[in-house]
Amino acid sequence: MSHAFIYDAVRTARGKGKKGGKAHEVKPTDLLKPLYQALEQRNKLDTQKVADVLLGCVTQVQEQGANIARVSALAAGWNQDVPGMTINRFCASGLEACNSAAMKVMSGQDSLVVGGGVESMSRCAMGADGGAWYLDPILNNDLGFIPQGVSADLVATLEGFTREDVDNFAVQSHKKAVMAWEEKRFQKSIVPLKSMMGEVLLAQDELIRPDASLEGLKGLNPSFQKPGDYGFDTTARRKYPMVERVQHVHHAGNSSGIVDGAALMLIGNEKIGKELNLTPRARFVATAVIGSEPTIMLTGPTPSAQLACKKAGLKISDIDLFEVNEAFAAVVLKFIKDLDIDKNKVNVNGGAIAMGHPLGATGAVILNTLVDELERTKKRYGLATLCVGAGMGIATIIERL
Amino acid sequence: MSIKLEMNKENILIATIDQAGRTANVINDESRKGFESLIKKLKSDDNIEGVIITSGKDDFVVGGDIDAIYAIKNEKEAFEVVETFKGFLRELETCGRPVIAALNGTALGGGLELALACHYRIALDEKKLKLGLPEVMLGLLPGAGGTQRLARLIGIQNAAPLMFEGRKLSATEGQELGIIHELASTKEDMMEKASKWIRKNPTPKQPWDKKDFQWPGGDPVSGEAMNIWAVGPSMINQKAWGNYPAPIYIMACLFEGTRVDFDTALRIESAYFAKCVLSKESHNMINTLWYQLNDIKKGKYRLASVPKYTAKKVGVIGAGMMGAGIAYVSASAGIDVVLKDVTNESADKGKDYSRNLLAKRVKKGKMTEAKAEEILSRIKPTGDAKDFEGCDLIVEAVFEKRELKAKVTKEASEHMLKDGIFASNTSTLPITGLAEQYPHPENFIGLHFFSPVDKMQLVEIITGAKTSPETLAKSFDYVQQINKIPIIVNDSRGFYTSRVFQTYVMEGMALLAEGENPASIETLSFMAGMPVGPLALADELSLRLMAEIFETTKKDLLAEGKKVTESPGMEVVFKLLNEFKREGKKAGAGLYEYPKEGKKFLWPKLKEVFPSKKAPMSEIDMRDRILFAQAVEAARCYEEKVVTNTGDANVGSIFGWGFAPFKGGVLQFINDYGTRDFVVRAQDLTKKYGPRFSPPASLVKLAEKNAPIT
Repeated sequence: MSHAFIYDAVRTARGKGKKGGKAHEVKPTDLLKPLYQALEQRNKLDTQKVADVLLGCVTQVQEQGANIARVSALAAGWNQDVPGMTINRFCASGLEACNSAAMKVMSGQDSLVVGGGVESMSRCAMGADGGAWYLDPILNNDLGFIPQGVSADLVATLEGFTREDVDNFAVQSHKKAVMAWEEKRFQKSIVPLKSMMGEVLLAQDELIRPDASLEGLKGLNPSFQKPGDYGFDTTARRKYPMVERVQHVHHAGNSSGIVDGAALMLIGNEKIGKELNLTPRARFVATAVIGSEPTIMLTGPTPSAQLACKKAGLKISDIDLFEVNEAFAAVVLKFIKDLDIDKNKVNVNGGAIAMGHPLGATGAVILNTLVDELERTKKRYGLATLCVGAGMGIATIIERL
Repeated sequence: MSIKLEMNKENILIATIDQAGRTANVINDESRKGFESLIKKLKSDDNIEGVIITSGKDDFVVGGDIDAIYAIKNEKEAFEVVETFKGFLRELETCGRPVIAALNGTALGGGLELALACHYRIALDEKKLKLGLPEVMLGLLPGAGGTQRLARLIGIQNAAPLMFEGRKLSATEGQELGIIHELASTKEDMMEKASKWIRKNPTPKQPWDKKDFQWPGGDPVSGEAMNIWAVGPSMINQKAWGNYPAPIYIMACLFEGTRVDFDTALRIESAYFAKCVLSKESHNMINTLWYQLNDIKKGKYRLASVPKYTAKKVGVIGAGMMGAGIAYVSASAGIDVVLKDVTNESADKGKDYSRNLLAKRVKKGKMTEAKAEEILSRIKPTGDAKDFEGCDLIVEAVFEKRELKAKVTKEASEHMLKDGIFASNTSTLPITGLAEQYPHPENFIGLHFFSPVDKMQLVEIITGAKTSPETLAKSFDYVQQINKIPIIVNDSRGFYTSRVFQTYVMEGMALLAEGENPASIETLSFMAGMPVGPLALADELSLRLMAEIFETTKKDLLAEGKKVTESPGMEVVFKLLNEFKREGKKAGAGLYEYPKEGKKFLWPKLKEVFPSKKAPMSEIDMRDRILFAQAVEAARCYEEKVVTNTGDANVGSIFGWGFAPFKGGVLQFINDYGTRDFVVRAQDLTKKYGPRFSPPASLVKLAEKNAPIT
């Protein structure tokens, strides 16, 4: 079996995913275009050598519909011989795309594959693609559907995380992100987004609040109290009877931000690297996806990380750095608690609470961040993981080279 | 012929539904044949300018024939039955000529569905005329196109709650919602309006058959609508806890109906209808809430030879919560009431109870001020027993003390009519003993009301050893006169409802004593179908009262030389009372905490006081214990003839303490489970958790042949 090496990784900064956000005027294919161009230019790449483009994208409707992977590669001027496939594993899509690209390489079928993801949440609203899971009353009922925010509150309730615990975590996320940007830790990977007129629109994650404080967050109302009262709390209790009352602790300030953004990663085997004169930065050690209880939905990181470690023959304690997607503060707190990890190894440069979670791209973004940080700190193993809609989890372990 | 067809001078075909041998029209094989000939006539006679469908009875059509639906044996049969009827309705609305529903009376279920398949609906503006799709009450759904037509007529958001709740509308409400096009003052006026509409609209089309059809209330497929679909099932389950499939199936009909064409939607609805018909929930609900409840209402268990009795002047002793409530329901039913307490003032306070309830009804627009005044004027508060003069019935609702009850019984007997009935609203003291204090024990009976009296529909009638059949029959009539449901039970400790109900509360307490999570005990009780958790109920009853009743019972049993078995749940009662001084809700501290602001919550220290001793019990064991404890006790009551028919046992359990309606009540639960499987499981629970689950011999005998309790 071949090794799958990461040769390069690029991402856009993340813009607020709404009207007035700096990337709102950029269409989804144009979020990707500068990234394709960067990969091409930075690596002096003959794009015909790329065997496939796999992109994660969750809301595949309208501009993001009809296989944006294929269309965006063509739009970026890549060789028409490069095919493309768009993947939806909800929030794991971006990481799944990178993992699948790596697996194509590891299997020996392909030499060089691009993985990544894209999501313009300001232009293709989350949920606009519908889905039997929650629209179909029979399935909704049978599966005990509740919105993710209520699931996150359920996690917090069961784990005993207080409002202060989750708010504290959120403040830290902002502080770490501010520090990371000040120390230019993302510089290697960020490709500025430009307007049609050529002006730089976005070169830094837009959502970060340097002034984030516990005091400031205190004033925010829990976002999921109302849906809980409509009946979702009862549905949660049907699965978790030991809960007398769901404690609603999450709000806009301690949940992941809605943003626009994209990321691409160039993955290939050793031979092609030599042929194209590329330097490997890290290698894929193991990947894992799991299914978990769909109502609580967000508990997948722990078992997927454990499974990835098992496949790799590593212990959790062997991992030097973790990137755990900050979908909601309680998700990361639970992961840290479950696996008894030093919190200083987790999301050292902040996460989606501070910088946002462009659904289909995030997995590729945090894998990118992990490579950068392993290099900066000269550490060996890193693990990226995300909780995933409908009760799934994904984890990838990489080793710096 | 079930539908009479007459052509009038204007060439309008008048189709009058009038099924022989029935007081009301229903949709069944016979009426379907009528529709078949109506369609045939329409097709063969081009002279027909239009059709007016009306009824020869007081009501229009009151729904599907429950006997026929209950008899359906498989889904295919159910599917075909509604498909046939739907076919007729579809032919009617696409026949190219105007079809009018002239609603001379109530149109429910299939009756309203028939009207919805007409191009124009005119209803008599009469108070007693009701419109609705109440199928869900029996675990069914409107299967004759109702889910599709109503939604397309008034929009999903307006249509859905009508079907989820089975609410009945007046003709005016129907018009406001857009279900009825026009109101008529008389039958003649209605027929005139119908003819006029026919002349003006020779070739009408239903909205859903028009090319430019748009959903009322906005696009149900995208945008905001998605939130409604997402939250819908959870909203339903807020109360249903996943136990009622019919409203979910209704929602599925609505949802899928927005994705496909009208005819496909009708077929999908038929499939979901078939699922409902064959569901256990519907079967159980029809058994109890239709057949058994109707038996009670029709007086099946009342001695027919006793002439019907109407109470004229009722005396109520004790103007506390119960007495005040009994006075209210009696006065509301048009009976003169003498409400007596120790003093005039305290009796007045009891009357205030009615005053407040009536004021609320007036404020909500449910009653006129004059009517409220009239009811109030019927209640005479007094501190003097002499005012009982002329009373033909006295209901005593004083404290549960034998001496006190004896005193007021004697006092009242001196003034009321000599052949009057004396009823005790006791929930604990044996009736036979209390009757000794009355000069005519054959006229003495127990009438066990439930709190709050104005809301609770059940009254448990308890016959003492000497109670005469006449007294029983008259008491039965009184209970019906005040619009309540009477069940008849024989004198025995706790009678029927209290005896079985307390096993529910005590089982919850037993689980707590074993260290099970208190929140799980409450939630799993909801999931088992109980409306209130056992720990919350213990607080409502008060732990002090529970301890007192236990001590009295123990004393009585020992005096009778009987064995005393202490429920394992009593440990919780004594511990909370003695060690922690927590008495219940009234005291502000019990199994729950009662903060001044906000909702009550379980006392956090419960988990420490009753620590978990092992891994949490499986959910299925907890749920089964909650239901089996009650069912086994009810089966014992039946064996001991405390209750003498399954109808009283089932109806009493649903209306008395809210036993899972989708199980059809407490004995139907056993039948639904299957007596053989039930006994096996009960014996298993006996081995694991104690003899209170041990099935009685009569049930074990039935189980040998897997025969149901009848």
